[in-house]
Amino acid sequence: MADIRIDYYPTHEFEGIKFRRGHPLPFGATMVPNGVNFSVYSSAAISCTLVLFERGAPEPYAEIPFPDEFRIGDVFCMTVFDLDFERLEYGYRMDGPFKPEEGYRFNKDVILSDPYAKVLGGRDTWRAQPNWDDVYPYRSRLAFEDFDWENDHPLETPIEDLSIYEMHVRGFTSHPSAETKNAGTFSGIRSKIPYLKSLGINCIELMPIYEFDEWENSRTNPITGELLVNYWGYSTVNFFSPKAGYAATGKFGMQVDELKTLIKELHKNGIEVFLDVVFNHTAEGDHRGHTISFRGIDNKTYYMLTPEGYYFNFSGTGNTLNCNHPVVRNMVLDCLRYWASDYHIDGFRFDLAAILGRAQDGSPLSNPPLLESLAYDPILAKCKLIAEAWDAGGLYQVGSFPAYGRWAEWNGKYRDTVRRYLKGDPGMIGEMAQRVQGSPDLYSLRGPTASINFVACHDGFTLYDMFAYNDKHNEANGENNNDGANDNNSWNSGWEGETDDPEVNFLRHKQVKNALTILMVSQGVPMILMGDEMGHTQHGNNNTYCQDTEWNWLNWSLLQSNPDLFHYAQQILRFRRAHPVLRSANHFRHYDYVGSGFPDISFHGTLAWRPDWSAESRTLAFMLCGNHAKGGTIRDETIYVAMNMYWESLHFELPILADGSKWHVFANTDMTNSQDIHLIGEEPLLEDQSGFFVGARSVVVLVAK
Amino acid sequence: MKVAENIIESIAVIEVEGNIDSKTAPEFEKAALASIKNQGQVIIDLSKVEFLSSAGLRVLLMIYRQIKVQSGKVVLVGVSEEIQEVMSNTGFINFFIIVGTIEEGIQTLKS
Repeated sequence: MADIRIDYYPTHEFEGIKFRRGHPLPFGATMVPNGVNFSVYSSAAISCTLVLFERGAPEPYAEIPFPDEFRIGDVFCMTVFDLDFERLEYGYRMDGPFKPEEGYRFNKDVILSDPYAKVLGGRDTWRAQPNWDDVYPYRSRLAFEDFDWENDHPLETPIEDLSIYEMHVRGFTSHPSAETKNAGTFSGIRSKIPYLKSLGINCIELMPIYEFDEWENSRTNPITGELLVNYWGYSTVNFFSPKAGYAATGKFGMQVDELKTLIKELHKNGIEVFLDVVFNHTAEGDHRGHTISFRGIDNKTYYMLTPEGYYFNFSGTGNTLNCNHPVVRNMVLDCLRYWASDYHIDGFRFDLAAILGRAQDGSPLSNPPLLESLAYDPILAKCKLIAEAWDAGGLYQVGSFPAYGRWAEWNGKYRDTVRRYLKGDPGMIGEMAQRVQGSPDLYSLRGPTASINFVACHDGFTLYDMFAYNDKHNEANGENNNDGANDNNSWNSGWEGETDDPEVNFLRHKQVKNALTILMVSQGVPMILMGDEMGHTQHGNNNTYCQDTEWNWLNWSLLQSNPDLFHYAQQILRFRRAHPVLRSANHFRHYDYVGSGFPDISFHGTLAWRPDWSAESRTLAFMLCGNHAKGGTIRDETIYVAMNMYWESLHFELPILADGSKWHVFANTDMTNSQDIHLIGEEPLLEDQSGFFVGARSVVVLVAK
Repeated sequence: MKVAENIIESIAVIEVEGNIDSKTAPEFEKAALASIKNQGQVIIDLSKVEFLSSAGLRVLLMIYRQIKVQSGKVVLVGVSEEIQEVMSNTGFINFFIIVGTIEEGIQTLKS
């Protein structure tokens, strides 16, 4: 029956190639019986030509102009027959006005990538020297979309039960110490799944994996002479294609299968996969940039333009995607639906997401249609949506991002507060109390699940460097140390950079443990940066976006040199997962609603029940009543956390347990020799149940049982 | 590319010579599906295959799916290290039993 449809056969022929009128939807190139359906939108092009290449060929083998009758509305569509799905590369030429002052930048001499291409050729192997004279450098290709997922589907873990691990595909296994066959690839990550499980995280968040060009803005390191590249990849060339250079099989064009295999395997091991997605700008830059795709297809639709026809630059990178234009909004939606359904992605973190709430003229919208569409989309319904709730144009929306009951945020205030508290700033106690509760001051109606808590992320110092450097040291980036943030809230613990001083080094390790502990006992969703569990250093560089070097590659031998940090990270992650009282979906009510004798949360200081909120205070303790876990639906142990960021040890009086249980010590960051943290179930009894000394700049965690 | 079929101890043995890519995959598919039509077990000898593209891998998977319906097994023999590496990276390897020789393949399927 399948072969009797008349549109399975050609009606036209051009230089020996057979084709017919195509279907306008879906956009992109779709394999259909006997051929490929091509569909591309442009609101202002006068004409369009489909350009076909044999894979890697310097010149196209055919250029087929779309006949006028193949244009439906503003969509050019054509089905071409007898194409080699694997060897085909295709692009478009668009003819139209070149009037930048009116927003038009057509140039029919340029061959353009398809915005909806599912695979892009041209950067197939990471840092392989490109052909700079290629007439078509980023080549659209077809993808086989028939992966055998067997029974896999997104895990749908409640967000409050996640511990997120932010990682870079290349950075995770590129260091020789990773000892993996396919270094720096999706396959390399797959080989390290046992490690991720032993660490105890249950979600990885991949820094950008949409196809980008590592050669973009490449230059030489003024100090070492090494090549500086676009390593992080926050500069999208195509939104639907995975980065070929991140796949061991990219040179065979099999990156789609390799990535899906990784995701399937992670899911089998209970680990979710989030993508860090960059919809705020593209790799085409400003009016001086290259024309790759969007600019040449429909500049006025895809970009926010000033009245003079220049590019608004809310992203800090040259241009701004016009994401609340109805057509661009649909592209973003199509893209996310594709990743959620075809790749089984569990969640998305949106880079500079405040831009997604700006109107076409750049002004912030109170009810941004894109954010609303994503929040209510049927296919994305179970996906986690996380905003980086600020942009480079000065819009800062932490706590006020339009959430529609769905969106969570990177809580920048959590990061800043915890950092300042750890370095010993006065006046932080009141705010710390908010942060450990899941920031009800910011998310009173949204609950703690709106708060992605973190102390370090890819952007800024690593956790270790935060306690080893007062100032950024970015000279190797070649920008005279002018790049990167200056407000790091870091403290070098007494010496700038590496030192042999055992006291300084002990304090640094203790501070890393303090930070990990506070993060894991806070309500909300914790995120740690790859390598922070073993003391990874970037040598004081707080903006390593261009460093394809050991500064960014995780050095696995740190597991041997800092075994205490890794052991601590493992146990504190396990502690969080073992104790539902740490993972509430709703805010505390501050009273006893189950009749246990204690409120769900209570605050303390050096005196029980008497927290010191004064400006000079550096102490805060809190107790989470186990009978109130998950809204009183689960019984957990009661947990008490004492934090002392004063420079001397202080005696903390303990709340008296009424039910006959006794306080046991789970963690004490002031201790050494495996006494800093204990295995769950093996916590030693606290000798004096009435109180104890918390060391200078230390955190203690007790459990009642 | 050439495809030859033998029946050894009532097991279909499909021998392929040449590269399996999008140009040759349809022919391989047609020949392979014909020879497994009434077979529960199949051995595919790839020792004379240097390159297996995405399309080629998909034909193998299609054969696996057909055989699985009949509760059978697919054994691959003579798979080069490079092809095994690609199959491992893309997950295809998980569907197949891979052994060194046809004799081993027969033993595997008989046991």
